[in-house]
Amino acid sequence: MIKTDALIIGAGPTGLFTAHQLNIIGLKCEVVDNLDKIGGQCIELYPDKPIYDIPAVPECTGEELTKNLINQLKPFDVKFHLKERVDEVKNEKGQWHVKTNNGTTFSTPNVIIAGGVGSFEPRKFTPKECEQYEGKSIFYSIKDKNIFKDKTVSIFGGGDSALDWAVELSTNSKVNLIHRREEFRGAQSTLDKVYELEKEGRINLFTKYQLKIPKGNGKLDSIDIQHENKEVKNLKTDYVLGFFGLIMQLGPIANWGLNLNKKTIDVDTEKFETNQKGIYAVGDICSYPGKLKLILSGFHEGALAARACFKLARPNEKYRFEFTTSSSSILKRLGKKSD
Amino acid sequence: MPKITYIENNGKSHTVEVDKGLTVMEGAVQNNIPGIDADCGGSMACATCHVYVKEEWYNRINGKSEGEDDMLDQAYDPNKFSRLSCQISVTDEIDGLVVDLPKKQ
Repeated sequence: MIKTDALIIGAGPTGLFTAHQLNIIGLKCEVVDNLDKIGGQCIELYPDKPIYDIPAVPECTGEELTKNLINQLKPFDVKFHLKERVDEVKNEKGQWHVKTNNGTTFSTPNVIIAGGVGSFEPRKFTPKECEQYEGKSIFYSIKDKNIFKDKTVSIFGGGDSALDWAVELSTNSKVNLIHRREEFRGAQSTLDKVYELEKEGRINLFTKYQLKIPKGNGKLDSIDIQHENKEVKNLKTDYVLGFFGLIMQLGPIANWGLNLNKKTIDVDTEKFETNQKGIYAVGDICSYPGKLKLILSGFHEGALAARACFKLARPNEKYRFEFTTSSSSILKRLGKKSD
Repeated sequence: MPKITYIENNGKSHTVEVDKGLTVMEGAVQNNIPGIDADCGGSMACATCHVYVKEEWYNRINGKSEGEDDMLDQAYDPNKFSRLSCQISVTDEIDGLVVDLPKKQ
């Protein structure tokens, strides 16, 4: 079990700056995020979109903002646990015991939820019948591409993931690529490659079709796909892959006994603490009168929640407010020489 | 003020007045109509304000924005009447608009 002064859930801008604020005041923290990379919505939803309302930064993209926040954490030792989702949070004698879906466990007096609109999960196929094949013949991400060798794989989607995998798997598998409309949104060069492979008969392309129902007796055998004009085709297939992007789900957070308000968590505006002592919520996921869903508000909320953590992490010490410009202990933590 | 009707997947219908200049998504959120999440707040980055526009209205509302179809690829159960409600502007011309909400976002 990992012991830490504070555990941050969510590696978006708010989570990152909160980690900075904890370290500035001498507290250790670890960060868990369900995505495979740091940055949250800034990286997943709008890496290239310019943001114009970060104080003192006239213009930057989501990716640039993330890079700068990571740089700002460089002096500190912050451990990230990516591709892990926090599933359980339980109180054991004043400490929070936290468990992820990967089995990592933490013991900490402070849990800071900086989870945005929740964790990113893959969007799934519409037919309910798909659930029984999920993880066996129907996948939303690929862990081991070797299982597809010499098999028939039906890939659904119109973005880069669908196109890239169609090209990649066509080398060793029979590939069907199915998309709900004629236009694809992936890179033109990959799309050209797909059309070329289609001509060579190595990819079968079905546009304006969507999955109607998977068929099989325990084991997937074929799928029915339906055209926009309702015509149905049956395709023999061993595997089905769906690449429809990600959706944000509040997920297990809903079960932690917190006061929820739609998809947000009620907090006070002094410590950004929830109705549970030692659990805080900051950034887009918290709610209080006047709340603005801006990145800059998340920074402020994180700074205050970090100070609140001090009391529970160092019960025998008194927190003293200091400036980074003048405090020798802060400069030492930053690895800078004081004058 | 233009009236807009939102019909939930279970058939429950909500008719509300929405200020001109807002979007159909904002009309739903401000009136607490269930079934429209709008996670990204209207920046066309998430596909959780997906609606099916009634056929007779489909060609009377403003056309799709650039990139809207790309986001709709990711929506739950899209069809040819699918739109992102954050991209439909409320004007006098669409007074009486009816949209169906999907089973989930």
